[in-house]
Amino acid sequence: MAQISREEVQHLAHLARLELTEEETAHYADQLSAIVEAVARVSDVAAQDIPPTSHPIPITNVYREDVAKPGLDRAELAAAAPSWEDDRFKVPRILGED
Amino acid sequence: MTSVVNTRMDFDQALERFEPVLGLETHVELGTASKMFCSCATEFGGEPNTQVCPVCLGLPGSLPVVNAVAVESTIRMGLALHCDIASWCRFARKNYFYPDMPKDYQVSQYDEPLCTNGYLDVTVPTDDGPREFRVEIERVHMEEDTGKLTHSGGDTGRIHGADYSLVDYNRAGIPLIEIVTKPITGAGALAPVVARAYVAEVRDLMRALGVSDVRMDQGSLRCDVNVSLAPAGEPWGTRSETKNVNSLRSVERAVRFEIERQGAVLSEGGRIIQETRHFHEDTGETTPGRSKEQAEDYRYFPEPDLVPVAPSSEWIEELRTTLPEVPSVRRSRLQVEWGVSDLEMQTLVNAEALDLVEETIVAGVDQAAARKWWTGEFTRIANEQGVALADLGITSAHIARVESLIADGSLTDKLARQVFEGVVAGEGDPDSVIAGRGLAVVGDDSTLMAAIESALAEQPDVAEKIRSGKVQAAGAIVGAVMKTTKGQADAAKVRTLLLAHLGVEG
Repeated sequence: MAQISREEVQHLAHLARLELTEEETAHYADQLSAIVEAVARVSDVAAQDIPPTSHPIPITNVYREDVAKPGLDRAELAAAAPSWEDDRFKVPRILGED
Repeated sequence: MTSVVNTRMDFDQALERFEPVLGLETHVELGTASKMFCSCATEFGGEPNTQVCPVCLGLPGSLPVVNAVAVESTIRMGLALHCDIASWCRFARKNYFYPDMPKDYQVSQYDEPLCTNGYLDVTVPTDDGPREFRVEIERVHMEEDTGKLTHSGGDTGRIHGADYSLVDYNRAGIPLIEIVTKPITGAGALAPVVARAYVAEVRDLMRALGVSDVRMDQGSLRCDVNVSLAPAGEPWGTRSETKNVNSLRSVERAVRFEIERQGAVLSEGGRIIQETRHFHEDTGETTPGRSKEQAEDYRYFPEPDLVPVAPSSEWIEELRTTLPEVPSVRRSRLQVEWGVSDLEMQTLVNAEALDLVEETIVAGVDQAAARKWWTGEFTRIANEQGVALADLGITSAHIARVESLIADGSLTDKLARQVFEGVVAGEGDPDSVIAGRGLAVVGDDSTLMAAIESALAEQPDVAEKIRSGKVQAAGAIVGAVMKTTKGQADAAKVRTLLLAHLGVEG
């Protein structure tokens, strides 16, 4: 049975900048274990001759011509942004790095 | 900012005890018209957030599509670096939480880079003449650039102490290629110049291929510099990674500084911490950033929104046959064509004058004259003004015009220098400067003869000496004529006229 430990949940939470309580950590560890276990059942039916898949359709080389086109209107962008200042997106201060 | 005192060891002493090992990761923005995965413009210097769309802003439901020219450019660079080109490879998501990427991941390549296993030969000057080093290339892969953050609220403009940050996503999604070297060993004391020469060669190669204009002043080339010192008898030591070094000079200084810093730590019995460091232009020192152990967990996985890149061997071969002459080959060819010494060639390369000299020769100027102008007078002016040679505003057509005026006697070398001074000062093309400053050589014989006669009248004793055969005395009269014509006469011509006038053999 696949097991996601509480330490792994805490590590992921840290990477995602989330703060979890002890109860939440335990709760997610159980849930994630169940999810991983369910997904792992694919391995039971996938034989050796089936390679891991990263895309559902077996196609390659889908390209776009290198032509620049206008993007979004900035006023629209400003209106939709959660926070905006001086023509730019405003984000909370960034911790933990100089 | 926490102040960190760096103890340094003498460079030569550090090299007596340790062998430096380098690794360079060079990121270069490609010169495509549109971004890597969307059609937004890539032009530098646009108003903030005017070159953005749902894809590069990571808005829900948007889907990326790969820029064909970016793939082609990466393959061409890989071929120029003698790499193997993958017949099938994928993009990967590099997951991290930082507002410079709105998707919370950067699309990059991980274990399946497009190009692998190449090399680049670089030449460095040594006391014993030029020496060639082979820098082996681990990989070349494609990725996207990040947005630009401005930290506000604090009084330092840095993250530390800032209340909030402002983000401009114009740069987010611009195609980048990352070129990673294998460990560079055996350079010893030349390690700093080898690092510099390598980055310069990468830059020249990208320019020659036309895949990027590589404006280092605009941050389109950035280098992460890995340095470790191997204590005697060990293959290598722990490395530091100095991030985002963005000039050739800084690359050289950062390597040198890290050798001195690490040498001091190791010789005092300390250990090097594997960490990222920042280079400071003003002091030439590096200071610690994040320590690697806690920072690096990017959870790469194949990018499900993009399909694999599988270049056909026909396409790769077609691109291979259309590669331009690489810079090192071109330098050798020009050196032979122009018949210049290693030292003169090095001067041309260091002055970044090769392209300019070649263009000037194509414009019809004699090669020696072209070299003389660019590495002499123009380099002097450029250094004085702190600008690049190419940005002086002098064109090959200007030089061709001035040289033809020198050839027909309308300008002297001295006047020609004044003409270029005017061109650099923005007074227009050579003809405008000549007209504006009244710089033409006083050429008509009657004006010169009048000046000669008045000089002779003023110095009858000198006139007598010349008549009696003391030809060297002519200098005084020629000098006087040059003075009355404000230097705008051809001294040799004045001398000939003078001697003819007095009936003396020159």
